[in-house]
Amino acid sequence: MVVLSVRGLTKRFGEVVANDHIDLDVEEGEIHGLLGENGAGKSVLSSCIYGLYRPDEGRIFLRGHEVHIASPFDAIRLGIGMVHQHLTLVPHLRVWENIVLGREPRRGLRVDRVRAFAEVERLLEETGFRLDLAKNAGELPIGVQQRVEILKVLFRGAEILILDEPTAVLTPQEVDQLIETLHRLKAQGKTIIFISHKLREIFALCDRVTVLRRGKKVGTLPVSSATPQMLAEMMVGRKVFFEFPRERLAKEEVLFELSHVFTDPPGVPLQDVSLKVHAGEILGIAGVEGNGQSELAEVVVGLRKPKKGKVIFRGRDVTAIPPKGRILQGMAHIPEDRHRRGVILDFSVKENLLLGFETEPPFRKGRMTLDFARIRDFARQKIQEFSIVTPSEDTPLRFLSGGNQQKVVVARELAFHPLFVLACQPTRGLDVAATEYLRHILLGVKREGKGVLLISADLDEVRALSDRVLVMYEGRIAGELSPESDEYQFGLLMGGKALHEA
Amino acid sequence: MSLSQIINLSLFQAQLRMATPILFAALGGLLCERVGVVNIGLEGIMLTSAFFGVLVTYFTSSPLLGFLGGLASGFLWGLVIAVLTVRFFGNQIVVGTGVNVFGLGLSAFLSQKIWGSRGASEAVSGFAPLRSDLLARLPYLGPVLNEHTFLVYLAIALVFVLHFFLFSTPWGLRLRAVGENPQAADTAGINVFRYKTLGVVAGSLVASLGGVFLSLGHLNFFAWGMTSGRGFIGLAAMIFGKWTPLGCLLSSLLFGFADALQMRLQALGVLPSQIILLIPYLVTILVLSGFVGRAVPPARYEPYRKE
Amino acid sequence: MRLRLTVPVELFAIGLAFLLGMLVLFLTGYPPFSALWALFRGAFGTRNAIGQTLTQATPILFTSLAFLLAFRSGIFNIGIEGQFLIGAFTAALFGISFRGLPFPLHAILALFSGGFGGAVYALFPALLKVYLGAHEVITTMMLSYVALYLTSYFVNYPLKAPGWVAQTEPVAPSARLPRILPPTQLSLAFPIALGLAFLVLWFLERTVPGFSIRAVGANPEASENRGISVRKYQILAFVLSGFIAGVGGGGEILGVHGRFVDGFSPGYGWDGIAVSLVGRLHPLGCIFASLLFGMLRAGGMTMTRVTKVPLDLSLIIQALVILLVAAPVLIEQLLARCRKPRRSEV
Repeated sequence: MVVLSVRGLTKRFGEVVANDHIDLDVEEGEIHGLLGENGAGKSVLSSCIYGLYRPDEGRIFLRGHEVHIASPFDAIRLGIGMVHQHLTLVPHLRVWENIVLGREPRRGLRVDRVRAFAEVERLLEETGFRLDLAKNAGELPIGVQQRVEILKVLFRGAEILILDEPTAVLTPQEVDQLIETLHRLKAQGKTIIFISHKLREIFALCDRVTVLRRGKKVGTLPVSSATPQMLAEMMVGRKVFFEFPRERLAKEEVLFELSHVFTDPPGVPLQDVSLKVHAGEILGIAGVEGNGQSELAEVVVGLRKPKKGKVIFRGRDVTAIPPKGRILQGMAHIPEDRHRRGVILDFSVKENLLLGFETEPPFRKGRMTLDFARIRDFARQKIQEFSIVTPSEDTPLRFLSGGNQQKVVVARELAFHPLFVLACQPTRGLDVAATEYLRHILLGVKREGKGVLLISADLDEVRALSDRVLVMYEGRIAGELSPESDEYQFGLLMGGKALHEA
Repeated sequence: MSLSQIINLSLFQAQLRMATPILFAALGGLLCERVGVVNIGLEGIMLTSAFFGVLVTYFTSSPLLGFLGGLASGFLWGLVIAVLTVRFFGNQIVVGTGVNVFGLGLSAFLSQKIWGSRGASEAVSGFAPLRSDLLARLPYLGPVLNEHTFLVYLAIALVFVLHFFLFSTPWGLRLRAVGENPQAADTAGINVFRYKTLGVVAGSLVASLGGVFLSLGHLNFFAWGMTSGRGFIGLAAMIFGKWTPLGCLLSSLLFGFADALQMRLQALGVLPSQIILLIPYLVTILVLSGFVGRAVPPARYEPYRKE
Repeated sequence: MRLRLTVPVELFAIGLAFLLGMLVLFLTGYPPFSALWALFRGAFGTRNAIGQTLTQATPILFTSLAFLLAFRSGIFNIGIEGQFLIGAFTAALFGISFRGLPFPLHAILALFSGGFGGAVYALFPALLKVYLGAHEVITTMMLSYVALYLTSYFVNYPLKAPGWVAQTEPVAPSARLPRILPPTQLSLAFPIALGLAFLVLWFLERTVPGFSIRAVGANPEASENRGISVRKYQILAFVLSGFIAGVGGGGEILGVHGRFVDGFSPGYGWDGIAVSLVGRLHPLGCIFASLLFGMLRAGGMTMTRVTKVPLDLSLIIQALVILLVAAPVLIEQLLARCRKPRRSEV
């Protein structure tokens, strides 16, 4: 029995058509996968179903009756619940408050805490979760926060659950637990829409899968009759190669080193972190987000001073040198969240390429003035060199696509032949073409005999690109593995267990 | 001149009186900030309600109607600010500045028209102080707490009402969620715009009580610019009070003390008035610099845009 | 057929504000059209009127440039009124003392001293903000009151000149900025302000510190990542802002009044904020907008004289402009509604 149906759903953002006349049928009690690469439109589609976005065209049917979903309030009332990619808990409210928010049991004017607890505990039993309801939601580890999100959805009586890329923040073991939970919910008769770009999970979990590409639906098929190659081609539209050639180019020379670094809060405190990046090597740092990777990056860049320990570049102690000095010495940084840390959206392409170099000749002439002719030529050259798609060098950066914005960042960082590159989540939010391009760049840096420190929560990416991999857990280096090591070994370290534990 | 001329029970009584408008401003600002709107325009709201309180009383000879008139102006301002900042995504600080300038301009303009002087209005009847025999018998605290206009007691009561509202009721819970993480509230099905508007309007209403107090509850006439920065001091009190109603009460008492002290010293002619008038402002700056480094506001101050 | 009008938001806001102002006049029993006419006559009608407009525009241009510079770095320097007053006071002191100095050295130094006074006065809240996180809106607001009372004290007591008025002695003639359009009060301060506007434009667009200030204001995190110190440039912008405001204050004293008079500023600092916003935070926009507000003030005096409409109407119009400009989306939607063709009767 078809429980949810979508016909001709279209959603535009300015000129971009995020969803292009999509038809979808979801059967009751199935786990239906929604597969596509970054930017294919999966999140947009589910947001339309959940009332976060208003579709420009199209109709939605629930059990055969047409429904109008203008806001999450409507969706919830209809029994649709959504667990988002970026967790939507209120950090300073308690777990139980987050769960009952919007449907608080009342006694007179007050919130009936006793009844709230009772109802939530009933749900805990049904799902098999174990939670401390009185803790502040912001203090929980991310994997646990996700469980709170699932409870939120169940508390409102959702029969249809939409999960948007839920495994991005989980270790392999936690993914297994999630899969088990979802099977349990399916057994209770719930319908699940599972959004992902990871083939492995689709195969492990889903009954049927719908593939989206560039906003259009490519097809729907039962998972049992699909192969990974088939789905990958549907996602990308051409043959996809999964493997990069593995070249061993590392030299003896240590380009960059962290030596017994400790840091204090705010943020995750780093404990005795040591690592070495050799010339001609990509050192990867894997781990679930929130285990100190951001803090580590800040220490490397110079935005955070370690309480103890040293930062060493080409044999010299640069711990006391601020970011500017490190940039000038040849350390480059592709930051994690490019809109916040990498680029200035209101500045032009030209100005973004200049960012950080403005105090140096040849861009500075005289004591204070800028040489605009030089700046313009530099910008044009880089636009050509990196094939950056933009109307001109004066276009504000917000009008460029994500991939091109990242190209601007990369062009800038590599402009003066740095010897060391720190890349943080470099391909996040990029489509396959941009992702491939970026990975080629990083491999190119390695081939030139320079060093790359790659921090990524995407385990596949880390394993594909790195020569060696360190795993971070709670501010420490939990261990080192070869990229060819088994995924479950990674999972153990990422989950804080030692390698010999089963 | 002895110290007891300066520090005595009537000083503390004055402290409570002078704390009242600051407390109203702080509580009003609190409601706005808890939904993520920085209300810089508290000053203008208070000035407008002080003016309209006197204006309506002048024409109706009823302080009660004047009180309602002042509240009405606060309500209207709340709507205007809410519409501009929440519905039309206006810059909160710019809107607040506009409110302040408007308050100054309108009050002077109408004052000139009606009383022929932009500086001060005529005197009107104000509120009578309330007297309780029970309180009068309490040692020390009694005289301090007794014989205030009802607005003072209202302010104190409001502290507890707001505390209950924010931390024990579902609407308070939702309000706090809306301010701290509007996306979370939205996906939980809460109407973010509605709660933000509610918070701003309620906050402006509460702040306008402070304005009405200044004119009707204290001096019984309107003088140009009589709020003298209390809207801003209220914001400082709110920050110092860590965005909680009880905290607002305590910090308002501190600022009220500075204000009362300043008035006492002026009356005694100890120093030139301009120097003494500096005291509350310097205290505010000290408070903000000594403390705020560690304070984290509870909400995000951006307009919330749905796609 | 559709009318294609690209009316900039600001012009529409100004027009709407004037309309609403006239509505206020109508509702309170004043003659709106005569008032408006008197306003325009007082602003442009005669050579003297134009001189008065430009004279009133001058301090407003200074303060708007001051606000703009701080704002571009992400700082809301609401307290430019205070820095303006302190600058005026410092310039007056310098002009009264150091009588041995010849013109123009005396005048130039006095003007600069005004700037330094404003700069130092802005340094306090700058440091408090950057190192202690103290909200600059509140601290600069408080400091404005402090400046007001402090200067008032000095001018009423220790530095008071004999006579009834609360003012200082006159500054030396060698410190005065010459009048350039007699018999009006228009002084050299006006072209200095114009020059400063272009200087600020050049600074922001063409220099390294200007670029850094803009970067820090547009995205502080990205700037920090690229080694641009947010602290350094916010303090710089804040202090420069105070400097400009202080020069403005000095210009008023040395150009117009010749001495520090208690309460000489009818709120030029506040005008500056509105002008900056209307001028879209661009120095050239500030020039045009300050002329507009100068017109409001100059014409306002005539309006009051002729029609008895209180001067504060200009404050009301100003406030309306600020409110309307604060939410461009509002104007855009209003305009869109005006542009939509009426459903034709078929």
